[in-house]
Amino acid sequence: MKRRNFFQASLGAAGAALASTTVQARPNLEPAPQAVGMLFDSTLCVGCKACVSKCKEVNGMPPVAMGDQVQSDFALDLSPHTLNVIKVYKDGAAAQKDREQNGFAFEKRSCMHCVDPGCVSVCPVSSLTRDPLTGIVNYNPDVCIGCRTCMTGCPYNVPQYDYNNAFGQIHKCQMCNQKGVERISKGGMTGCAEACPTGATLFGSREALLAEAKRRIALKPGQVYNYPMGDVRKPARFQEKVVPQYQGHVWGEKEAGGTNVMHLSAIPYDKLGMPPLGERSAASISEGVQSTIYSYMALPAIALGGLSWIVKRNAEVANHGEEDKP
Amino acid sequence: MNHHAVLNRPLLTPPFLVLGAFGLTAIVLLFVRFFMGMGAVTNLNGGYPWGIWVVYDIVVGTAFACGGYALAVTVYVFNNGRYHPLVRTALLTSLLGYALGAAGAFIDMGRYWNFYNMFLPWQVNTHAVMLEVGLCVFLYVMVLAIEFLPTVLEKFKAEALQQKLSRVLFFFIALGILLPTMHQSSLGSFLIAMGWKIHPLWQTMELQPLLAILSAFIMGFAAVIFEASVGAVGFKRQPETPMLVGLGRIIVGLSIAFLVVRFVTLLMTGKLGLIFAFDLGSIMFLLETAMFIYPVVILSSPTQRAKGKRLFYAALCTMLAGALYRFDAFIITFNPGAGYSYFPALPEILITIGMVAIEVMAYLFIVTQFPVLAREEH
Repeated sequence: MKRRNFFQASLGAAGAALASTTVQARPNLEPAPQAVGMLFDSTLCVGCKACVSKCKEVNGMPPVAMGDQVQSDFALDLSPHTLNVIKVYKDGAAAQKDREQNGFAFEKRSCMHCVDPGCVSVCPVSSLTRDPLTGIVNYNPDVCIGCRTCMTGCPYNVPQYDYNNAFGQIHKCQMCNQKGVERISKGGMTGCAEACPTGATLFGSREALLAEAKRRIALKPGQVYNYPMGDVRKPARFQEKVVPQYQGHVWGEKEAGGTNVMHLSAIPYDKLGMPPLGERSAASISEGVQSTIYSYMALPAIALGGLSWIVKRNAEVANHGEEDKP
Repeated sequence: MNHHAVLNRPLLTPPFLVLGAFGLTAIVLLFVRFFMGMGAVTNLNGGYPWGIWVVYDIVVGTAFACGGYALAVTVYVFNNGRYHPLVRTALLTSLLGYALGAAGAFIDMGRYWNFYNMFLPWQVNTHAVMLEVGLCVFLYVMVLAIEFLPTVLEKFKAEALQQKLSRVLFFFIALGILLPTMHQSSLGSFLIAMGWKIHPLWQTMELQPLLAILSAFIMGFAAVIFEASVGAVGFKRQPETPMLVGLGRIIVGLSIAFLVVRFVTLLMTGKLGLIFAFDLGSIMFLLETAMFIYPVVILSSPTQRAKGKRLFYAALCTMLAGALYRFDAFIITFNPGAGYSYFPALPEILITIGMVAIEVMAYLFIVTQFPVLAREEH
């Protein structure tokens, strides 16, 4: 009886020690040293979907037809066959562009290439990786087990598993830099940025894009600004346009650790379907919990040692007691 | 020495054949899944990548299978030897329940042929909850098989082997306590990375693992009572009520701890008001809480819990409360936005039902072949 109390007390103490270990939160990851990305300015988008067509062409995916209309891509959302899509926000009479009430706006959805990507953090086999230099979030189907945890861990519902294929895989934008395409490594830009006729999708380094985005927010609504097109660092062309009333911040500067693909808009971001995110990435919290408990497997190893000892003692008693029974 | 006996009842009864029909249906549907893809039999989509195969077969099913784990902690850590007669049946249920979980994980795996990458040290991501859960469940199924081995050896009277095994069994019992502690808590950690998609009433971030392990214990103990009660009625055996009452008292303590952690967290994060929003989340939360409290009330009363029937209903209600807690968090109140919705497809449901049917058939087969059930003391 005495010994039993001792075991219980020591177990309780161990439990309390474990519980009081403050969870070592790791901070959000920092942007990759040569992070590349895109800036999507919703106020410049005219909804032509040239980016959608170009994306399909670069990635070898068939366009989505509606009935026998084949002149445009009718993809409504991201899918295993659509890595980039233009969606529309509409309210009431939808009379004026970039107005929240009785207005409309366009929104581009594709992988945001998070600075601290949830999909990479939760992938058990490193099938999803963040390029150490460019920060591009890549996918390797050759090691992927298809558990789809990346889909649960992505705050933007970006990774899409092909359910209608017995040997399906995850499909997501890899910023036109996957094996066999490698547009970025070859000094080029993404297909969507290249195809965009208004500069709504702009390619460049994260740093330069963020500076450009902040410059736009600081402009006076109504003044004329020379908007660059293509690559922000070496624009192919410029287009003069009247500056709208932008929302006060760049989506993706800080949301859940920030993204390499950033957005600008004149209407609130949640209206464009952006999720409710704070500044901490869920990945950093989750990894903090995991590494507190499983750092070098030390805690589990100690627990196994202790358990083995206790069980060995108690099992002897239990078995002995059993043999004593009539 | 022989405290356990083979159940002397015919195996091929009408209920067994009905189970067989469900099992066969599942096997046929699994052919469709493997030849035509998951889309042919499920309603999974871009927003709901995890349906009932993950959430029932793995997340809920393995918690139901925590009876072996919960009893092992009680008997071997807290030295309550009087529960020893229940250990064997609990171990068998755990083995079968975890085997179902592992099978569920495999059929849900979209690229199962790449499975081996989970074992390649240079390929794994040690931060990933899925890696830990996958490896732990895989190992634990093997540990459970080893823990069950003495029963098999007893049948074949392999005494020399029994002796050898009994000398090292303590290590496997210890491992069989450590592994579920790890992965059952990690089932909660999955919810952390899902962030905003988890309803605020279920999103407790750092406390997810604690609530998950508490609910696993609660469901495990309840499953032991449930199984013993069903066994007593189904096999017309003497009920083990006095022993089960003790387990009922443990459930009371753990359930109160679970509710306290939940409500204090909600209070401290200022979410208490959401309980009375009377939307889907609030209603599910109230239902779930009521289902946790009802058994606590029954099991706290010495006169109520002494009645076998009441004890059984309390255990059943506890199991369902724990299951609902996990279903609520992972599916029912899970909301990825963007207009996505999910309700399981009929073949998807039939596959899960059929796999559970096969599990029950395996249980019936094994208890009529091996000395699993405690010998009745008349």
